[in-house]
Amino acid sequence: MSTVFNLRRAAFWAAVAIFFAVLPLLFKQSFALSMLSQMGIAMIFALSYNMLLGQTGLLSFGHAVYFGLGAFFCAHALNLIGAGKLWFPVTMVPLIGGFAGLVFGLLFGFVTTRRAGTPFAMISLGIAEMVAASALMFTGFFGGEGGIATNRTVGGTMMGISYAPQIQVYYLIAGWCLVSMMAMFALTWTPLGRMANAVRDNPERAKFVGYNPTRVRWLMMSLASFFAGIGGGLAAINYEIVTAETLGLVASGNVVLMAFIGGVGHFWGPIIGAVLVTLLQSALSNYTQAWLLYFGLFFLVIIMFSPGGIANLVTLHKPAWKARLLPRLLPSYAAAAVAGSVMMLGFFALIEMIYHYEAKESVDKAFSFFGVELDPSKASAWIGTLVVFAIGIALFYGARKVVRRAWENLTPELQKAGAL
Amino acid sequence: MSAPALQLHDVRKSFGRTAIINGVNLAISLGERHAIIGPNGAGKSTLFNLISGRFPVSSGRIELHGEQITGLEAETINRKGLARSFQITNIFQKLSVYENIRCAVMWSLGYKYSFWHRVDSLADVRERSDEIVERIGMATRRDRIAGVLTYAEQRALEIGVTIAGGANVILLDEPTAGMSRSETDEAVELIRKVTEGRTLIMVEHDMSVVFNLADHISVLVYGEVIATGKPEEIRASKAVQEAYLGTEQH
Repeated sequence: MSTVFNLRRAAFWAAVAIFFAVLPLLFKQSFALSMLSQMGIAMIFALSYNMLLGQTGLLSFGHAVYFGLGAFFCAHALNLIGAGKLWFPVTMVPLIGGFAGLVFGLLFGFVTTRRAGTPFAMISLGIAEMVAASALMFTGFFGGEGGIATNRTVGGTMMGISYAPQIQVYYLIAGWCLVSMMAMFALTWTPLGRMANAVRDNPERAKFVGYNPTRVRWLMMSLASFFAGIGGGLAAINYEIVTAETLGLVASGNVVLMAFIGGVGHFWGPIIGAVLVTLLQSALSNYTQAWLLYFGLFFLVIIMFSPGGIANLVTLHKPAWKARLLPRLLPSYAAAAVAGSVMMLGFFALIEMIYHYEAKESVDKAFSFFGVELDPSKASAWIGTLVVFAIGIALFYGARKVVRRAWENLTPELQKAGAL
Repeated sequence: MSAPALQLHDVRKSFGRTAIINGVNLAISLGERHAIIGPNGAGKSTLFNLISGRFPVSSGRIELHGEQITGLEAETINRKGLARSFQITNIFQKLSVYENIRCAVMWSLGYKYSFWHRVDSLADVRERSDEIVERIGMATRRDRIAGVLTYAEQRALEIGVTIAGGANVILLDEPTAGMSRSETDEAVELIRKVTEGRTLIMVEHDMSVVFNLADHISVLVYGEVIATGKPEEIRASKAVQEAYLGTEQH
């Protein structure tokens, strides 16, 4: 039985590897390739963060510290390699970041993991603040405001790999991402990984079955920092520059958002979060200057309506999928999607109108919104937008009822099928 | 003669100025089934918290098999072979029955904080966990989440978690509290079965349970042991009747 299980697992990871391998063939633009690279880095970072939050119950506001320190160490390593003072294959440089993360995780974690809950969150914030301040003070190592620039091609060309073209960097990131994902997933099924969950739920009981909760937290934090450091190392290679922002509070906050949007209760949740957040941040910012507002609202909606994140929404449908009753929900979802689109279109148009009315100094405030010319200086545009928005709200309100009824009708059948 | 399984020398505990435990001396020999009884607020649970390392003692000495355990961390005492249950159910609510037991088994089998073993492929962990699940009669509940079990089932799981690590000194804090008559009878049978060959110390309010299970009884009143002896001696003791048995109806 166990061999069958192993085969299934191997097949799964092989499928992921193939998926990573063919992705750049589907998205050939350089913009897409650099975004995929970013996603890979974000996935490692978010998964490592969830080792703390989801698995050990530690809400950290300073996880970028280990990502950023890993990045700085890798940037310096690359520069040393370039200067001929260090021999190390560039492919393995992320490992240096990992060990930097591990060492600082052990060091800072020794202090922070003595407490869980709110004290841990506050101390992690303090350490993040301290390291961010140090980054601006110790300019020799951190490079001050300009950061540390580096060059990923210092290793020369080996078997055709120079890391000059982005596609090679993408595959480097994809490879490390796959290995890290496998390692972090495997870790959840080790004695330490299991006890992390136990300590998250009931640290006191853990003591009375022989485990020191502080030690469990400390080890989990150190290992999480190791993987964060690998992510940081890849970022150094990818961007060829590391600044103090890399380990700053904004970066630490960002990974919290990724984890929550994706869902902290599932191993795969943060991956969804990392992909989505990267997508929103780089794609949305191309289209609108108000993208941060949309991003914030998106986060708010997720937390309010699905506190378990997107992963939870997905698993909610597992019983229906198993009972082959999922198609029964689709018509109501389609209705909700249409209604939601109208509502959001109205809302976005309204925000953009306000934004253009406020921000643009030119006389001509008109702009094109999905092919429709909107002019904030005309009352008709405002009325039209408001009407669309209002209709959208009404439709969506109705659609919510339709969805609820579809679920209510389905539940007894799911129970009968034994899927619940 | 070998050292007693557990020995307390003049153990005292005060919270601020309030003395809860006033110099308790107790020697419990290997394989004994010892019940600690006493009125509410006598300090029975506090005594357990001191022995198991949940609270530090204010003064005095506690020895486990002749070895000092005073002032050690709870987990260290547990690793030396003393396990306890709690008056208010204290299990891993979000984990399954099997996972609860497995958490309690891993340390004693030497896996400690390992992050290089895969739990599912550890045959000894699996066998031991399955055996415990079977022994507490929860094989059909194996994959249920602990938090959704009935109260009696949760209490049984609590006992399972307590004995799973193979400790040879077991402290049970009111294992049948809040149970119906039939549930209590089942719990007594379970306790008898799973503590076979081990030293058992329990705090219990239900006198039928006490006289059914215990071969020695200590009476704790206002933080002092006023009597220790065989059940029939305790039952006959005038002092005990006055201080405890006579005043409380069970």
